[in-house]
Amino acid sequence: MAASSLDAIQRNPKYQQLVAERSSLGLTLSIAMIVIYFGFILLVAFAPGFLGASLTGGVTTVGIPIGILVILSAFALTAFYVVRANGTYDALTQDIVREASK
Amino acid sequence: MSRTLLKSLFLGLGLAPGIALAQTANAGGAAGPATDWTAVAMFFFFVAVTLVITYWAAMRTKTAAQFYAAGGGITGLQNGLAIAGDYMSAASFLGISAFVYAWGYDGLIYSVGWLVGWPIVTFLIAEPLRNLGKFTFADVVSFRFDQTPVRVLAASGTLVTVAFYLVAQMVGAGSLIHVLFPTVDYRFAVVGVGFLMILYVTFGGMIATTWVQIIKACLLLGGATLIALLTLAAFGFNPSALAAKAVEVHPLKDAIMGPIFKPGAPVSTPLSAISTGLALMFGTCGLPHILMRFFTVPNAKEARKSVLYATGFIGYFYILTFIIGFGAIVFVSTNPDFIDQAKLAAGATVITATRGFPNMAAPLLAKALGGDLLFGFISAVAFATILAVVSGLTLAGASAISHDLYANVFARGRADEAHEIRVSRIATVCLGIFAILIGVLAQSINVAFAVGLAFAIAASCNFPVLVMSIFWKDMTTLGAVVGGFLGLITAFLGVVLSPAVWEGIFSNPKGSALVTIDNPTLFSMTLAFVAIYVVSKVDSSQRASTDRAGFIAQFVRSQTGLGAEGAAAH
Repeated sequence: MAASSLDAIQRNPKYQQLVAERSSLGLTLSIAMIVIYFGFILLVAFAPGFLGASLTGGVTTVGIPIGILVILSAFALTAFYVVRANGTYDALTQDIVREASK
Repeated sequence: MSRTLLKSLFLGLGLAPGIALAQTANAGGAAGPATDWTAVAMFFFFVAVTLVITYWAAMRTKTAAQFYAAGGGITGLQNGLAIAGDYMSAASFLGISAFVYAWGYDGLIYSVGWLVGWPIVTFLIAEPLRNLGKFTFADVVSFRFDQTPVRVLAASGTLVTVAFYLVAQMVGAGSLIHVLFPTVDYRFAVVGVGFLMILYVTFGGMIATTWVQIIKACLLLGGATLIALLTLAAFGFNPSALAAKAVEVHPLKDAIMGPIFKPGAPVSTPLSAISTGLALMFGTCGLPHILMRFFTVPNAKEARKSVLYATGFIGYFYILTFIIGFGAIVFVSTNPDFIDQAKLAAGATVITATRGFPNMAAPLLAKALGGDLLFGFISAVAFATILAVVSGLTLAGASAISHDLYANVFARGRADEAHEIRVSRIATVCLGIFAILIGVLAQSINVAFAVGLAFAIAASCNFPVLVMSIFWKDMTTLGAVVGGFLGLITAFLGVVLSPAVWEGIFSNPKGSALVTIDNPTLFSMTLAFVAIYVVSKVDSSQRASTDRAGFIAQFVRSQTGLGAEGAAAH
């Protein structure tokens, strides 16, 4: 790609919006996933007794719903990102590509 | 290769193992448990179907793009299923359910860890990867750097990861066939798997590999759902009742409902829990055979969609493996037919004396719940799983050799396509032979654990180099090479010198392992990131300024897809 069209794309406000929004969403969601998962791992490592404690007096422990919630959160975060990207980012990207090829 | 030659090859190879099996089965005679003919029939049916697919794919595999990336013509849903197929390996299905069977809750720690890498792949990796690369993740890593050293690094990371991952799959395959056809030697089983996989990959390339993955993913999801439903149905669809019964019959009693921390358990110390957690989460983002799948879709949007489908399928599947593990505790460990009485008398628990321990809990549960028919079906599915994953792995390894090392390093980009594909096929055969040899050597390892080690390598070498090259403008060739190799070497040594490998596989005396932590990722991955950062920062060479200057063009392409490798029309 020629240097001039690179400059043009970088000056395009839509490109700036795309990069800023997608980067911050991607980073925020990544950190959210890392916090959730390592929260779980730290519980495993340092509070196994908590995870192994009975939930309501039966055999089911606190750790079971927590583990399943981590699994569900992984899917929910991914779905959130994909819905946002399909809606906003693809439209922006198409505009940028169209304007760049003018 | 000519059509008739191909056809006769397939016919001959399809028949030969059948004859050999029939002979060994007869020779086995009345001694030992009988061969399960339902399973045999389903198994051969699956092999026949996949050989037809391979034949069909071989007719459509002419160019390098078709061989490595199925011509970029796979849809998001198809690729999502194929990724799930690649990822829900024998390690997941046999290994995690067996972990749950032996240790209860600790198995969940693995399945959670194996899922949480996927969101990270979606948020940070999938789209830039598709926009920057062509056939391998080394295309992306070497985008703005000096080709030769960076491709050598990425190919080394790929091959070491693939090697450890292959061990797990081959061991799984060997144990499975051995239980399925008790008269067949473990070594014969491993050779058979290696042989079929070589066929799929050399002739069918990525097209055959993708369709084998898709079929296998559907079979596996269906089969696992069925066993889980049958298990829950026996307890009136009340998971607590299932858990209560499992706690009652398991030798560890209610300890299986929480983390265990015992020597031999999947996570034995707090430090290894953290280190294993890092490996599982970030290793996912550096698995070459998974990353390669993103080049089979036409654009970044389909790449993104395919990860969402994959995450859904995989998450659902891991919840099932947990139910299956508990089901096995209740229905397998209490059934004398599945317990080796001699071992039990020698002091083993009902868990460790189970036939096919440590990897056969899921198929035995199928037998307990649905007799020979379900056992045959599940065993055939598990076998299909292994074949599919092994094919994907081998294709990734062969691409690293042919596309990265041969075409871009050795021939410096001047090799023609036909040559490159030929090298790739030769590499496939060599990798297949390697997998067979190592599969025979590592017979007694838990397959989920071996895959955990592959993840350690991927997280310590491939992932840091990939993510930094995509997002950090100041990274240089020297930083990539030093950081990447440091991560690779420390992770590799950490794995080889760990108790599980040093004492477990190489049979050195207990206590002789130099490294005490089960999984080195905490140290090796951190080291890789720090080294990439520090070396790139102090690198003031000519090459370093070229590397940094190239970032803008790379970043614009990674964000917009402008200039990215085109779709299907090859």
